[in-house]
Amino acid sequence: MNKAAIHPKRTAGMGSAAIAAVLSAVVMGLGQMYNRQWAKGALFLLAGLVSLYLILNGLASNMWGLVTLGEQPAHMEKVGRLYRNVPGDHSIFMMIYGLVALLYVILLACFYVANIKDAYRIGKQRERGQKVNTFRDTWRMLGDKGFPYVLLALPTIGVLVFTILPIVFMVLMAFTNYSAPDHIPPKNLVDWVGFRTFTNLVTLEAWSHTFIGVLTWTIIWAVVATVTTYFGGILVALLIEQQGIRFKGFWRTLFILPYAIPQFISLLVMRNLLNYQFGPVNQYLRMLGMGGVPWLNDPFWAKVTVILVNMWIGIPVSMILVLGVLTAIPRDLYEAAEVDGATGFQKFRNITMPFVLFQTAPILIMQFAGNINNFNVIFLLTNGLPANGDYAYAGSTDLLVTWLYKLTLDNQRYNFASAIGIIIFIIIAAFSLYNYRRSRSFKEEDMIQ
Amino acid sequence: MKKKRRIKLTISYVLLVLIALACIYPALWIILSSFKVGDSLYSETLIPQKLTLQHYADLFRSQSDKDLPYVKWYWNTLKVAVSSMVLGTLVQILTAYAMSRFRFRGRQTMMSVILILGMFPGFMSMIAVYVILLQMNLLNSPWALVLVYTSGAALGMFVAKGFFDTIPRALEESALLDGASHFQIFRRIILPLSTPIITYIAITTFTGAWVDFIFARLILRSRENWTLAVGLYELVNSYSSTEFTLFAAGSVLVALPITILYMFLQRFLVHGLTAGATKG
Repeated sequence: MNKAAIHPKRTAGMGSAAIAAVLSAVVMGLGQMYNRQWAKGALFLLAGLVSLYLILNGLASNMWGLVTLGEQPAHMEKVGRLYRNVPGDHSIFMMIYGLVALLYVILLACFYVANIKDAYRIGKQRERGQKVNTFRDTWRMLGDKGFPYVLLALPTIGVLVFTILPIVFMVLMAFTNYSAPDHIPPKNLVDWVGFRTFTNLVTLEAWSHTFIGVLTWTIIWAVVATVTTYFGGILVALLIEQQGIRFKGFWRTLFILPYAIPQFISLLVMRNLLNYQFGPVNQYLRMLGMGGVPWLNDPFWAKVTVILVNMWIGIPVSMILVLGVLTAIPRDLYEAAEVDGATGFQKFRNITMPFVLFQTAPILIMQFAGNINNFNVIFLLTNGLPANGDYAYAGSTDLLVTWLYKLTLDNQRYNFASAIGIIIFIIIAAFSLYNYRRSRSFKEEDMIQ
Repeated sequence: MKKKRRIKLTISYVLLVLIALACIYPALWIILSSFKVGDSLYSETLIPQKLTLQHYADLFRSQSDKDLPYVKWYWNTLKVAVSSMVLGTLVQILTAYAMSRFRFRGRQTMMSVILILGMFPGFMSMIAVYVILLQMNLLNSPWALVLVYTSGAALGMFVAKGFFDTIPRALEESALLDGASHFQIFRRIILPLSTPIITYIAITTFTGAWVDFIFARLILRSRENWTLAVGLYELVNSYSSTEFTLFAAGSVLVALPITILYMFLQRFLVHGLTAGATKG
């Protein structure tokens, strides 16, 4: 039997792989059918037809909407003898529809390329005279090699719709003028303005003053909050693990309590506990003849308060982590040190501390990043107050995140909020990247086993 | 030498007791306040002279002057938290499992994307989520909350991935040789070994849904659909100066289940925290 008999469709000069690829490039699924994978080809063809229909019936115009963001604002129109309000284009909805359309088209493009590659690959297999997978084989392979993709399909869709799409949307928003009072749909249109929001944030007096003030406080807060909880945690852990201390388990359980109480409850409780007039803390201070402290009412004291309360909340977590590390320090290190006559402090300085620091350094940086974004403590405890007359829409204890929240929900300054979100992202990404490079666990993950 | 040691121990015990007081005091104070007669924040003594259960009773009966459907809120929260826990844990475990045990194309990219997404402020996406839910006609529904929490669950997969990384690969290789399918391996070998991490993820997702008020406030528009976190926040904002004891009773009931859960399952939480920290 000659080769032509096995490959009856093969023509001179062009392999069946190339033909299949070209066919698939012209119409999705055609190449698969040429390769005699009928069911697969039919599915691809169906997907192609549905996509084509969707593109013609809306996706294309939706994508164009992403470019224009609407051309017709809401306006009054004369109908007969009456003027009637005619709704115009809603720029924000158009933006989201445009993004959805864009996302769909990008996914379609990937699928299209994969479809051509697949046709080519199967064609090559046929040229070499290999057996081509039937639909049932393909289906079975999905449970084997494709298993991780099956597992990840649903989570990916969820993340795509509810995380990636919204984030892209918010990033784009920074480059528009979507902001109260003049550019709020459906009454008005929103337009692309390039980097103007960012330059305004730095150059306009009211904004730049607030931005620099809030940014400075955010960084001070993140540094102090991280350092206090971290070293507080180490101290408490060492206190419990000391030789001669009894009921270690009891103390540990007791000190975990602040971690076990839901944060938002303990913060709201603290807010009342520290009430200037009626709160019990000031009540006791007055009983001791010291007068009340304006815990939450004075700009300086409010900053001290959030840091103290954050210690109450954060130390238990550090304590748990450090306790875990402490038990992992090899006993013989201490024994050797004792033989050499080391004092308690020397043992702490030269064995305990380096060990703990080395083990927990990555967490330290992650906690720092977390504190930059620590929304709950500030929002629930002070809500950014006390008010600061010099700031635009921010109070004395506002962090960048809480400022962002206020700009979005209370003041509708969406473009500024989004620009701030991008800046927060850049700060955190820089720290995380540094951390990521340092931590070897990521690079060497396959070496564990 | 011995005397010096005794002094050191005494100081340590004093410090331990002081820290213990600081840990317990706020909790003790709010519990005692919830039993206090009257409604004001101010109290002459720490332990009230007269105790009452009135405030708890107030929470459970409807009052004409206040719109506080506390029982309804409790039920809503329970519903949302339990559903999110089940679905979220499932999604997170499966994602982590796929990322940990398989080497497939696009894996590194996906992990980097997850890492990067984690760096955006969580609620930066609020407006877009709002519009999307509006279009899906899901606004004001507790299921929308479950949907949002569950979709985000995959992003927290690093702790579980770190755990799966430590399970020896030889186990599943021998099972594969015996002809087990991937699904069977997951169910019969991996799942039974992962109880600690599943417990950890289940508790944290449950708590996350139980206490979240940022998305809940955005999505749940009408009062009777609120969750406890939203309701309690409103209670503090609008009534705390006048109805402090009512707030105290409400907080105790919200915090109690979580706190008890945490104290009892401490072992798993400590395990999860340390695992997440060392693996990153």
